[in-house]
Formats: sequence, structure tokens, C-alpha cells
Amino acid sequence: MAAAQEELLWHLEEKARRIRIDIIRMLAEAGSGHPGGSLSGVEIVTALFFHVLRLRPEEPEWPERDRFILSKGHAAPLLYAALAERGFFPREELLTLRKLGSRLQGHPVRNKAPGVEASTGSLGQGLSVGLGIALAGRLDRRDYRVYVLLGDGESEEGQVWEAAMAAAHYRAGNLTAILDFNGLQIDGRIQEVMSPLPLPDKWEAFGWAVREVDGHDFRELLEAFEWAKGVHDRPSMIIARTVKGKGVSFMEDVADWHGKAPSREQAEQALGELSGV
Amino acid sequence: MNILNLENREMIATREAYGRVLVELGKRYRDLVVLDADLSKSTKTSEFAKHYPERFFNMGIAEQNLMGTAAGFALAGKIPCASTFAVFAVGRAFDQVRNSIAYPALNVKIVASHAGITVGEDGASHQSVEDISLMRSLPNMTVIVPADATETARAVEAAVEYRGPVYIRLGRPAVPVLFGADYEFRIGRAAVLREGEDAVIFATGIMVYESLKAAVLLAEEGTETAVVNVSTIKPLDEQTVINWARKAGAVVTAEEHSIYGGLGSAVAEVLGENCPVPLERVGIRDRFGESGSPDKLLEAFGLTAPHIAQAVRRVRGRRAAGVR
Repeated sequence: MAAAQEELLWHLEEKARRIRIDIIRMLAEAGSGHPGGSLSGVEIVTALFFHVLRLRPEEPEWPERDRFILSKGHAAPLLYAALAERGFFPREELLTLRKLGSRLQGHPVRNKAPGVEASTGSLGQGLSVGLGIALAGRLDRRDYRVYVLLGDGESEEGQVWEAAMAAAHYRAGNLTAILDFNGLQIDGRIQEVMSPLPLPDKWEAFGWAVREVDGHDFRELLEAFEWAKGVHDRPSMIIARTVKGKGVSFMEDVADWHGKAPSREQAEQALGELSGV
Repeated sequence: MNILNLENREMIATREAYGRVLVELGKRYRDLVVLDADLSKSTKTSEFAKHYPERFFNMGIAEQNLMGTAAGFALAGKIPCASTFAVFAVGRAFDQVRNSIAYPALNVKIVASHAGITVGEDGASHQSVEDISLMRSLPNMTVIVPADATETARAVEAAVEYRGPVYIRLGRPAVPVLFGADYEFRIGRAAVLREGEDAVIFATGIMVYESLKAAVLLAEEGTETAVVNVSTIKPLDEQTVINWARKAGAVVTAEEHSIYGGLGSAVAEVLGENCPVPLERVGIRDRFGESGSPDKLLEAFGLTAPHIAQAVRRVRGRRAAGVR
């Protein structure tokens, strides 16, 4: 058992490393995009796509699948890299990101790239959409679960709290949100721009089951996802403390890397670091 | 079809018809779910809630989440009808309607009541006079404005059968029932209610009735005016608009909505590109509504039959003078 767990963790670490490399390659090729918040969520999304989510890449619309919604849609490179790695479309396509005619739009679009569950990009909308899918699943007596990845800066949007209130009101036990708590938004630290803190207290006060984890630690993430599956009477929130730009030394915890692509030299340095060269 | 007798008609609010037809459709469409934002007694979705409590979701006073949740229901194969007042559905939640619903072309029916100034005493904050314009500008969105209770029921049914986002605009007060049980509605088809070759009125919503009355007034002067019910604003029945504009050579549009971006604009766009003829737009002229009884407001804002008749005289005068 312990050996299997070790192997799983090793497998996830390797996937995360590949996804980070793909994110940097995609952004460098596109010449624009959002590295900071893509890199901070890598372990969260990797854990979901390579262990937690029940999916059929060959049948993306399989009705029983678990749903993942990237509410912080600007982290699209992260989602696309995970989908490609999971086999939803060829990895070569990643390099079409943000180019005319590509299925990989700057922000995710439903009905374009397979595996993208909802159109997001205008912040604050994903949790509501996830709630609708969760309530529909319950009506249909399907046992799929819905996962929504939110940003901490995104939590400044009022709609997030409308959805938080409604999900608790309707006791959406099949809905789990994950908060990518990297502490930065475009204009700086969240406390300085418009603090949504304290986040755990707010979500608890809104009626959610809340757990905090290190968002780069697969052990803690996997345990939290197991815990969330066991919460049936209300929605669950996993607050994942992360580092914006994680894995690339010069991007880590720098707000300026929210929405800027690396130059060719910077990308080479980043790829060197990520490849362990 | 010629509607001869306009007097002593039964009066039913379009929102009432919506409430009734929802109950009927709930039986036939097991995937139909209804969402509201604490206005179910006003929008009449409370009828559906009584019959199918497990498929009714009151989302509280939170319209952005209302639209987002409706999008989620559609993604999971449901047919959600999201209802609230037009001013909130379209104004407050515009970004949600745009990005969560219209962009991915989800199968959400936004059925908004209390549109236009006939909300009455509540005043401008609750009077949506720009909703057609906003919804019409969204790709993938179908926009329907029924003229009476019968058409409302048919339009809601057609919207539920249709796959894609639809906006249906309903009103608060009771309005005359124009159409009988044999009335046929098709999304995208404008219907000629009265023929006439001297002028044509393209009307929508409650202004259809006023336009029919205007045509009666004009007939007394010897002017034969066609009245066309344009209940689908988008996609507009361009061929019918062009055919009748050519035939009559003088066009009036009538809507309980701003003259900017609504039916008047839609018709002007089609005529300008295809067959420029003199056009007068009856509608709300770049101003907000205000408090008052619906009847007094329609009068004060120039939206009654005599105003429409006057617009027809003006446009015929311009045509005779060779003015375009």
C-alpha cells in the first residue's frame, strides 16, 4: 500500500513537471497569456486530472463523468496542458494557444476544445455554473461530482458569494471548490488591492465545509479530495495555499508575472529549471 | 389574417400566460427546470413551483448566480427557464448572460417579465427600455416579444422545443388577447395581421394592439395600413419586412422600448441595406421611464394608437414629398 502511494506521488510529480513545461512552452510560443496563476494551480489540477476525476478522454461528453470547471479562466494554459496530457487532444496542439483559428482560445470555451466544460474568463462565474451542474446531477440521480477552481483575487467578485450562499442553501454535497490561494492579483497583494480575507472563516460562515492544505503538496491535496467526497450534506471548499509562478525562480510570488509571457531567453531559463538542468 | 373587432377583448397579462403554460410544459418536458430570483409570485413561476417543487429553484435576490446556475443546468442536459424582471435579467446579469450562456450557446430560456414602462408606478429603476437592444446584440441569442397571452404560450413552447439561448420579453399589466386557439407561432416569422398598401406598421409586444387600433383610425381617413406583428426581433423576418416596405413604401415601427437598438433599429438596418423607404420610429425617445399608471405612461411617452397614426401620416407626407 505504502509503495503504491509512493508510486502515485511520483507519477503525479512527473505529470506536474510536464504540465509546467508545457505551460511555459505554450506561453512563450503565444507571446502572451498568464503564467503566474497557471503555475500556482499545477498540483491542484494535476491531482484532479490524474487521480481524482472520473473521466473518459475518448468520450468527453460521457454523462457520468466528473466535471471540472476552471473559474479562473485566465489559467487556461494549465487546463489545456492537463487535458492534452490526459489525452483529450494532441499535445502538439498546445502550441496553437491564442492563435487565430485555434480551439485553444485565450480563455476556455465550451464546445471548442474537448474536455472544456464551461466558458470562463469573466471572473466569478464558474461556481454558479458548477452549482447548476451539481443540482442537475442530483435531480437525475447521477453520482458525478463537480469541481470548481477559483482564484483568491476572483473571490472579490460578488457573484462568487451569491453562488456560495446558494450552494449551501441547496446543500450541494456533490460540489467541491478549490481556492488557488496564491495571495496575488494583477495590481499586487490581495490584502493591498481588495482583501477577501479571512477566506476560511468566510466560506465556513457561508455554510461550507472547509479544509486548508498546502496546494503544492500532493499528499495533502489527495487527502483533502478524499475528505471532500465524504462531505454529503453541504458543499466543500479546499483552500490551497500556493505560490504564484511556482517552479520558475524569477516568477515566484511576483505579481508582475500574472499576465505576461516570458521572452525566449526567460522561457529557456524557466524550462532549464523545470527540467532540472 | 384580419383582426376586425378590437373592442371587448379578454384581458390577460403575458406573464400570467407564461405561468400557465409552464405548468403544462412541465408535464411534457421532464427536463424542464425553472429558476427565479425571489419574484416568482410576480413572474408567475410560482405556478410551476406548486406543481413541480423538485424542479423549481428559487435562487434568491442574486441574478448573476441565477443566470450562471441556469447555464450549469443546461450543460447537464436540462432545459432551464430563468425568470426575473427584465431590468435585472438583462441589466444586472448581462455579463453572465453574455459569457456563461450566449457565448457557449447554451440551451437556457430567459423569460423576463415587467419589461417596458407599463411596469407603471415603480418607476424607471424597474422599467426596462433597453433589454431588446442588449439581447439583440448578443450572438446566438434569439429574441422574442409576444403580443398577447396566446402568443406568449406558443412562444414559450417553441422556445422550449428550440435548442439554444432564447430571450422572451413579457409585461406586467393585463393586455387584450388578440389571437385565438388556432394561432400559429414560428420563431423568426413575422405575421401580417392586417393588409393595406398605403403604409405598413411593424409592431411588437403590446404595441401590436395599439397599431391595429391606429390602422382603424387611419382607415376612417381612407388610408389602408398594413400591420405586421414582429414577435421575433432576432432573427428578424427580413423578407417579410422588405416585401411589405416595398409594397407600402412608407414604414412605421412601434415598440414599448427605446428607439435605439430595438425593433425600430432592426427594421432601419434592413431597410437601409435593402430598400430605403421613409421610416418613422414610435418608441421611447432616449429617456428613462417614470412613475405613473401604465395607461398614463403610454400616453405621456407617445405610445398609443393616435401617436402611431400620427407617425403614419408623417411618414406618408415624407413619402409624398419625395423625402427619404
